[in-house]
Amino acid sequence: MADITFGDAPDSVAGIQSRYMEQVQKRRLYGGLTLLIFVVLMVSGFNIADARNAGGFWEGLHQIGDYPADVLSEAWEKRADLPGLIAKYFPALIETINIAAVSTLIGVIGGLFLSMLGTRGLAKWPRMIPVFRRLSDVMRAVPEIVIALVLIFVLGGGPVPAMIAIAIHTAGALGKLFSEVAENADLKPLEGLESTGANWSQRMILGVLPQVAPNYISYALLRFEINIRASAILGFVGAGGLGYELRNAMAWGPGRFDEAAAIFILLFGTIVFFDQVSSRYRNRLTEGQTQ
Amino acid sequence: MLQIAALTKTFGEKTAVDAANISVDAPTMIGIIGRSGAGKSTLLRMLNRLADATEGSITFEGEDITALRGAARRDWQSRCAMIFQQFNLVPRMDVVSNVLHGTLNKRSTLATMFNLFPRSDIHRAIEILDRLGIAEQAAKRAEALSGGQQQRVAIARALMQDPKIILADEPIASLDPMNAQVVMQSLRRIHEEDGRMVIANLHTLDTARRYCDRVIGMRDGRIVFDGTPAQLTTGVARDIYGAGADFSEAATSTEIETLDRTQDHPSVAYA
Repeated sequence: MADITFGDAPDSVAGIQSRYMEQVQKRRLYGGLTLLIFVVLMVSGFNIADARNAGGFWEGLHQIGDYPADVLSEAWEKRADLPGLIAKYFPALIETINIAAVSTLIGVIGGLFLSMLGTRGLAKWPRMIPVFRRLSDVMRAVPEIVIALVLIFVLGGGPVPAMIAIAIHTAGALGKLFSEVAENADLKPLEGLESTGANWSQRMILGVLPQVAPNYISYALLRFEINIRASAILGFVGAGGLGYELRNAMAWGPGRFDEAAAIFILLFGTIVFFDQVSSRYRNRLTEGQTQ
Repeated sequence: MLQIAALTKTFGEKTAVDAANISVDAPTMIGIIGRSGAGKSTLLRMLNRLADATEGSITFEGEDITALRGAARRDWQSRCAMIFQQFNLVPRMDVVSNVLHGTLNKRSTLATMFNLFPRSDIHRAIEILDRLGIAEQAAKRAEALSGGQQQRVAIARALMQDPKIILADEPIASLDPMNAQVVMQSLRRIHEEDGRMVIANLHTLDTARRYCDRVIGMRDGRIVFDGTPAQLTTGVARDIYGAGADFSEAATSTEIETLDRTQDHPSVAYA
């Protein structure tokens, strides 16, 4: 095969065929090697993790249902209390959703500025683009829970540190997503606006935002879903809301599993509800775009 | 060979194709002409089963095409190749891979996922590309090719399916006149040398006249003309295009000379 490859007639069909086959074989070899490395890494990684695990994966596997079973059986025994408990924890749920909503709103505004200032072609100060890009990198690289822990240490427990923590992370994450959308925006309308003497903010608001709005809203809604989960989790470290109550109920252990179950139901229901609402709305936005 | 009986397609209130009847006895090169929105594309899409018919039937060599489901439908699609206006290739894959997609119906998902096609298929794909004069582009990405070359890759993909029928939906509408000529000549050659039936949607009269044995004219979903190019008089053409006495063939032409004229001074063609 190989010895006739670069032979006599490079432009004959046979020459093209053998050259292409050689390329295909090379590609298959690389593909096979990649797959092999992947499998080896997966298997060895799994074995290392399993060996280091205190309990062991295979020994623990059959116990995986034990805790949920305990919670469920106890909750089922006290099922008469559930509606009352759900009503009791409803204010905490509102607090969780409020944290998510406020932090999403602030994060979106922050993300807007970061994206406009960090996108080539749009930035007000082109030389500062790397600065704003790294800033949004840092903001989304630090986990919410770390920022929240620091802020709770400084400000004390409550919803405000959680809100600030989630807003910072959201601004960083949305700054990145928004600027990727903005990169694909058509620059001609901007030039048109600039020719009329519009300033930077006017150009961004009137030239860029109408182009990118459907995508931005879609990303913001997705972020809102994520933030509801995040704000529930932050409750575990003392930021209030549903997560705080859940941690208390779970830490008490058997005896208060009915409360844990009620909180789980609330959390599940809320997340499913907002997931459905926002995915329906996002679908409409993206479909509207193609029309 | 191919019978289309009372084929109808409605989208809500609108009737895209209205009780179309076409009968073809031998492999022919057929051109379907008409204004955009006349239902030409919908007709071809129903033939390929990309779209389902609302009413009526398509019969090919005794087999009811409209009733096929699942694997049988995909098998029919592999026997009835389609060429699109915008080529519809996978832009990031190389030319030969795109041509090999013509064999997808015969291969397993797993093998195609890892791009494992038999050597004989790869050789045949390059031979088909050579027949269409673009073998030297074999290893390039499809997106790196010009429009005319991409459309020839699409024809190669269709030929790889070894189909009985080739459907071409406005194959030259996105091409410049020179490339349009090359593509139409390729389709004509495939019809003459391989004896495959070719049905092409064309919105220009002179292309249909020059390359087709039979011309079908559609207007508002109905077939208003079915005959030889010679029977297609200016009066009939006016009727198909719904134009008045000011209609001239130059208005629908892709000829280089007439196109230059119509592009530079659009008013001249109608004057």
